[in-house]
Amino acid sequence: MKMEREVLCMLPNGFDAARHRADFPVLRERVNGHPLVYLDNAATTQKPQCVIDTLVAYYAGYNANVHRGVHTLSQRATDAYEAARATVAQFLHAPSPAGIIYTRGTTDAINLVAQSFARPRLVPGDEIVISAMEHHSNIVPWQLVCAQTGAALRVVPIDDAGEFQFDAYETMLGPRTKLVAVTHVSNALGSVTPIERIVARAHAANVPVLVDGAQAVSHLPVDVGALDCDFYAFSGHKIFGPTGIGALYGKTEHLEAMPPYQGGGDMIRSVTFEKTEYNDLPYKFEAGTPNIAGAIGMGAAIDYVAGCGIHAISVHERELLAYATEQVSAIPGLRIIGTAKDKAGIVSFTLHGVHAHDVGTILDNEGVAIRAGHHCAMPVMEQFGVAGTARASFALYNTRGDVDALVAGIDHVQRMFR
Amino acid sequence: MSGDLRDLYQEVIFDHYRRPRNCGPLADASHHAEGHNPLCGDRVTIRLKVDDGIVQDVRFEGAGCAIATASASLMTEALKGRKLDEVEALFRGFHDMVTDVPASASPDLGKLEVLAGVREFPARVKCATLAWHTLKAALARRPQPVSTE
Repeated sequence: MKMEREVLCMLPNGFDAARHRADFPVLRERVNGHPLVYLDNAATTQKPQCVIDTLVAYYAGYNANVHRGVHTLSQRATDAYEAARATVAQFLHAPSPAGIIYTRGTTDAINLVAQSFARPRLVPGDEIVISAMEHHSNIVPWQLVCAQTGAALRVVPIDDAGEFQFDAYETMLGPRTKLVAVTHVSNALGSVTPIERIVARAHAANVPVLVDGAQAVSHLPVDVGALDCDFYAFSGHKIFGPTGIGALYGKTEHLEAMPPYQGGGDMIRSVTFEKTEYNDLPYKFEAGTPNIAGAIGMGAAIDYVAGCGIHAISVHERELLAYATEQVSAIPGLRIIGTAKDKAGIVSFTLHGVHAHDVGTILDNEGVAIRAGHHCAMPVMEQFGVAGTARASFALYNTRGDVDALVAGIDHVQRMFR
Repeated sequence: MSGDLRDLYQEVIFDHYRRPRNCGPLADASHHAEGHNPLCGDRVTIRLKVDDGIVQDVRFEGAGCAIATASASLMTEALKGRKLDEVEALFRGFHDMVTDVPASASPDLGKLEVLAGVREFPARVKCATLAWHTLKAALARRPQPVSTE
């Protein structure tokens, strides 16, 4: 079985998933007596040895606070922390590292924009436009800011394939629209939104756009300069980095005009009881001792992805998605939820007569890790009339062998429930 | 180390999943509550007719996975004709069984024991206890839907 997988994972584009797979120690684990088949990458990705080593090197070799000490370790920590910011900027094709704000993750980044950018600008009757396939983290922060300001949320529908309805979107943009916040890739369906057109159309109406890139950055090339979006948010842990760290890219003109999100150390230039002056970008938005190890680890993860080649990863995952779609489509009683023409590596599905939770438990018993549930996208589940789905999601280290293990597992589920 | 799948998915559980007992509305219920498992989105409604301190009738609607549905179905069978203090003892006994707490004074759980395998699958305990927590809320007349979180 192992040999078979190694042969199968050499795909026509020459991307060698097996070689990269060896970089991820957890993928050598056995789960319930079976080799781990990790297909829950949309929830979180595994970490390559180089990221783990980077975290150890920081804590074992130069753990210190940043932007503070005159001592050597503090300088080393600061240099590594800022080098990682430059890595993020380069990876996203952002014009300058000053436009990269470290956050706890995508959720934190979206909340920052909601509270610091949107809230001061919104008056009753204003509108924020999102789509029907947003993760809860790109819904609830806007609901909160709407409740605070009297603004209203408008939701662009999706069709039965899970495609963003561009015509409806255009009709929603008007003089009251103050912000568009849309995902780049749907976590529940895998749909890739026409984000370039979405941004261009919003800008034609003078509306800024936030892009939720949590499910995009490890799967597709992202160029915030070419895209011209106003904000782009992502999480480190979904791109093979640590949890608790992420980043927000923002256009400098917006970030400079925005008030701080949180107050504390590091985000100030001078403090007196009469008047406090805020620090320059990006530090104005980074109050308190940050997640230093996380940021450095995220930098290492992005270096790793860049080394693999994001274009090659994208091609590999598209081929894997096509193979998986073909294989699972042949299973009687299986319905794929999310059949958009442009999809990233996610296969969300239901099985006739079997609840997603039961699918998840039985697959887990064979070492196959998938997600079962509503994927923090309850409105999407409602649209498709399901309580939840089983979801297999791919990363660069997945192979056709992993898909075959999934298909064999589903067959076992169906035999148990026959 | 996960438990044996066959301990979890016993034939009785499949039977109650495919043909749930006491499933449907209950007119003239004296108690009712709605339960929700936010992890998977499953919902269940429990309705009871309690008279003279005895469960005269109990029915459920909803549920979801095999474990949650079978547990609700088996629960309704176990409750009919029981006095309220017996119901409380069953709740405790069932809860201790699926969470692997050594029960001190365990009541005879009878058929409910087919769900004992759940304790080897911690991620599924909430599926098995959803109906029971909802039952408790119904009897306590708590208006808010209960959540397993």
